[in-house]
Amino acid sequence: MSPTILVVDDEPPIRKLLRMGLATQGYAIVEAPNAAAALEALGRGPVDLILLDLGLPDMGGHDLLRAIRASHPDLPVVVLSSRDDEGGKVEALDLGADDYVTKPFGMAELLARLRAAMRHQLAARGERPVFRVDGLSVDLVRRIVKRDDAEVKLTPREYDFLRVLVLHAGKVLTHAQLMHSVPASSDPQYLRVYIRQLRQKLETDPERPRILLTETGVGYRLRAPDDEPTLRPRPVNGARPHTTETTN
Amino acid sequence: MPEAGRDPNRPSPDALLEAARREERTRGRLKVFLGAAPGVGKTYEMLTIGRARLKAGTDVVVGVVETHGRAETEALLDGFETIPRRTVPYHGTLLQEMDLDALLARRPALALVDELAHTNAPGSRHPKRYQDVEELLDAGIDVLTTLNIQHVESLNDVVASITRIRVRETVPDGVLDRADDIEVVDLNPDDLIQRLKDGKVYVPTNAERALKHYFSRGNLTALRELALRRTADRVDDELLGHMRANAIAGPWAAGERVLVCVNEDQSASGLVRYAKRLADRLHAPWTALVIEGARAASLREAERDRIAEALRLADRLGGDAVTLPGGRRIADDVLDYARSANVNHIIVGKASRSWLFALVNGSVVHDLVRLSGNISVHVVRGEAVPDERQPRRAVPVAAPRSGLDVRPYGIAMAAIAAGLGAAILAQPYAGVENADLFLLTAVVAVAVRWGLGPALAAVVAASLAYNFFFLPPVYTLTIADPTNVAAFLLFTLVAVLVSNLASRARRVAVVSQGRARATERLFGFSRKLAACGTLDDVLWATCAQVAAMLKVRVVLLLPDGQAVTVRAGYPPEDMLDEADLAAAQWAFDNDRPAGRGADTLPGAKRLFLPMRTGRGTIGVIGLDADGTGPILTPEGRRLLDALADMGALAIERVRLVEDLDRAERAAETDRLRQALLTSISHDLRTPLASVLGAASTLRDLDSALDGTAKADLLSTIIEESERLNRFIVNLLDMTRLEAGAVAPNLSAQDAGEIVDTALRRTQAVLAGHRVAVDVAPDLPALALDPVLFEQVLVNLLDNAAKYAPAGSTVTVRALHAGAALRITVLDEGDGLPEGDVERVFDKFYRVRKSDRVRAGTGLGLAIARGFVEAMGGTVTAGNRPDRPGAVFTVTLPVPAGTAPKEIAA
Repeated sequence: MSPTILVVDDEPPIRKLLRMGLATQGYAIVEAPNAAAALEALGRGPVDLILLDLGLPDMGGHDLLRAIRASHPDLPVVVLSSRDDEGGKVEALDLGADDYVTKPFGMAELLARLRAAMRHQLAARGERPVFRVDGLSVDLVRRIVKRDDAEVKLTPREYDFLRVLVLHAGKVLTHAQLMHSVPASSDPQYLRVYIRQLRQKLETDPERPRILLTETGVGYRLRAPDDEPTLRPRPVNGARPHTTETTN
Repeated sequence: MPEAGRDPNRPSPDALLEAARREERTRGRLKVFLGAAPGVGKTYEMLTIGRARLKAGTDVVVGVVETHGRAETEALLDGFETIPRRTVPYHGTLLQEMDLDALLARRPALALVDELAHTNAPGSRHPKRYQDVEELLDAGIDVLTTLNIQHVESLNDVVASITRIRVRETVPDGVLDRADDIEVVDLNPDDLIQRLKDGKVYVPTNAERALKHYFSRGNLTALRELALRRTADRVDDELLGHMRANAIAGPWAAGERVLVCVNEDQSASGLVRYAKRLADRLHAPWTALVIEGARAASLREAERDRIAEALRLADRLGGDAVTLPGGRRIADDVLDYARSANVNHIIVGKASRSWLFALVNGSVVHDLVRLSGNISVHVVRGEAVPDERQPRRAVPVAAPRSGLDVRPYGIAMAAIAAGLGAAILAQPYAGVENADLFLLTAVVAVAVRWGLGPALAAVVAASLAYNFFFLPPVYTLTIADPTNVAAFLLFTLVAVLVSNLASRARRVAVVSQGRARATERLFGFSRKLAACGTLDDVLWATCAQVAAMLKVRVVLLLPDGQAVTVRAGYPPEDMLDEADLAAAQWAFDNDRPAGRGADTLPGAKRLFLPMRTGRGTIGVIGLDADGTGPILTPEGRRLLDALADMGALAIERVRLVEDLDRAERAAETDRLRQALLTSISHDLRTPLASVLGAASTLRDLDSALDGTAKADLLSTIIEESERLNRFIVNLLDMTRLEAGAVAPNLSAQDAGEIVDTALRRTQAVLAGHRVAVDVAPDLPALALDPVLFEQVLVNLLDNAAKYAPAGSTVTVRALHAGAALRITVLDEGDGLPEGDVERVFDKFYRVRKSDRVRAGTGLGLAIARGFVEAMGGTVTAGNRPDRPGAVFTVTLPVPAGTAPKEIAA
């Protein structure tokens, strides 16, 4: 049975776009133009993911999010935010949203985020003991981390951070969520440093990371296996793809 | 006025300006119907013209028309819209005045206002109707008005001398000169007299006898000639203006200059007016000259006031006012000045002194005529102006310090005693004959030091002493020898003459010193004012100077809208009480003194005097002193006038400069706003056009397109939409910066991390370039707003991609240099033109490039700078030292004591 996605957005053109795009992936769509309709739709039938626009007319997106989380603590929610609303994004994520997409967005990026958000559900239906992406493999059961088949030694704290990111692979985690998940780290400064340490040990080019990605102003994201490395359309017309040279 | 030496065949800039100003104007046009006498038909003519304009469709309204009961005039009023008059109660009666506010509210195209010289009832906004008319003209309303020739200020005394009636209501020449049209309503004197007999002329009921003389044939002819000649002069001026504007060579007088000698005589003001008329006729500049000679110190206050008033009149009428200290004969001083200033006409008043006076003091007129050489001397009988016609002197001034100062007389006696003692002591050696020289020395000393009075007393004492002590028989007051009598008389005579001379010399010296001191201080004040740049400086300097020179407490009030408020004071004062404020307001509104000691509101604590410039009253100065009685001496009053005039001019100057600045800033703001609108309009439409075009092509021509073409068009849509998104981001950022709404959310950040995210965001833009990244490891953490900083780097990278050719390398470097972190973005384009290195950060600035550059808003760098500065850093631009290309450097301070943290495992 294909997953059902509840689209909550007050602008008809956006809803239409989402309906068409999501339908190509085989999702079933339920639309709600405002918060009241969204809550009503939630009550009516099973929903596997909510795509929520933060700028709703009748109730603030955050209030609706609280309401959803109150009744459905595990339901994946991806919020749609506008560019200037940094604070709103972070607040939504801290309130329990799983990920965010900034308008205007590309469809590929949106689909990747939806997949990542639902992975938790999907993973429950099948065992995936070893996480692999782009040369990195993480065995959560045996606590072994390998980079290109060579084992990498991580400190306990570093491993804890990596584990949280792997469990939420493909989804963004805010600074607050990361700090919260790894106990006994009090200073936000340390987060940055741990991420840098991880990049040093796990990335081919620590300065241009491809696995442990920064979400500016929000937090960090571990790339999921089926995500594009850069999540944007490829250039056409024979333009050369960018190359990175490091001079040291 | 022509300037000597200017090429007469070039159009005069002033004339051109005047002509241009007449072309484009928002001020209403003023047409004056000028008549020689009442009853010639000015009002009738005005109404006739007005009626014609009304018929032609102009919006004509009658402001005020005096019909004086004449039926034919009343008939003409029929059909006009008339503004009802305002009733003003005054001393028990009700006066009807023109309702200026109603007329302004009605705002017709043309208003008819009769009797320009009329004085409004007290309590009206302006004291005179011509000021009401000025306000109407300023509001853009054209005005027709009427005026009799005797109301013109500079002709006032001429008319008075002709008709024996001095008219009190005058209109300044300036108003008439600025009028756009003057029409002389002329009537043959015989016809006018006939009209008077027929009862068609308005006659005030209590002036019949006087008017009978007024309406004599001789008078009317003279008045008629005055009116005609005045209009002819004006036409002449207009012709000259036209000729000058078009550089038509004409017979204008080259290099004439007029000088009028002003003294304390009652005719001084009349002479000044005569000088103006002569100077106008000759188209020459003119000067009023006062010589302060030996007699200056002994002038009475009324006489001093007359001189000051004459000088101010000269100033008002457009001449120069010069005061010089006297040295020798007055005539010599005058001629010295005249020759040095290239004067060729001197006007002097006919002497009205007694022959004895002329014998003692010399006759200036006589000397001038004799010594003038080739300068023309006009000896003119000026019209004596009785002193009560000085309304501004309404403030009583302190009586000059009078009374006998006994001390010098005592000292004189002591000096004589000393001289006597010396004479007696020296008697064995010098002999009796020389005793008188000792006494004479004492007399001279007293005269030089203390003036004529004590000197004469000393002469009496010395004579008596000489007689008593030295002339036989000694110790008596009789003289035995007749030759000794002669000696005695001679001694006395010589002593008197010498003391006279000495005291006169002293007087001149005192006057000169006083004048020099005053001039020095005024000059110092003038320099101080010239150095003042802001209004507050000027106000402060004026208050301080007035307080210091006059020993009073000063406040200065300037208008704020319609009401005056305190702007400066010495000692500093902020608040005035109700009574003072009311007095200040009244003084400002009515251009007359008010407050303590004046006619109006005498209960106030301070005396308020209006400050005037050529453009009108610009403020009020308030004075306060301890003690009762008048605050200022007459000398002080004159000094205050001078200081207040200087202060007013400086205030006006500063205001004009501020107006200029404001106009320039407004123009600049407009320019930026215009540029913004143009930029937005263009830069938003262009990508939208591509998107629309591509999408509609895909839809409408779907069958004709193959897969590659479709993919291409789809890429266009995506790329152009992303470009549009970037523009909008730029505009929003710029708006936030302008509104001051950028509040950076600072937290410890890794600059290298942000470089990475910025590069990821600009991947598409940099798709055609090589990107080199050189970020030093272990950069210290900085307090940054990650979102703002990422945008800064994105803007710099976008900029580099725009101006660097495809295939070239864009380099990003980040390194820790001492107390700062430096991030540089380098490209391999053409670099920045010299001189534009700073200007690239200006809004909307784009470097001119020959080949087509991908368009941008021109805001990216300005935004980058704004954001970086909000975070406490700097952005600079320059050219690369190693190869052609631009380099942009972001420098951020590193707080002391930060280092990459080590972590416990």
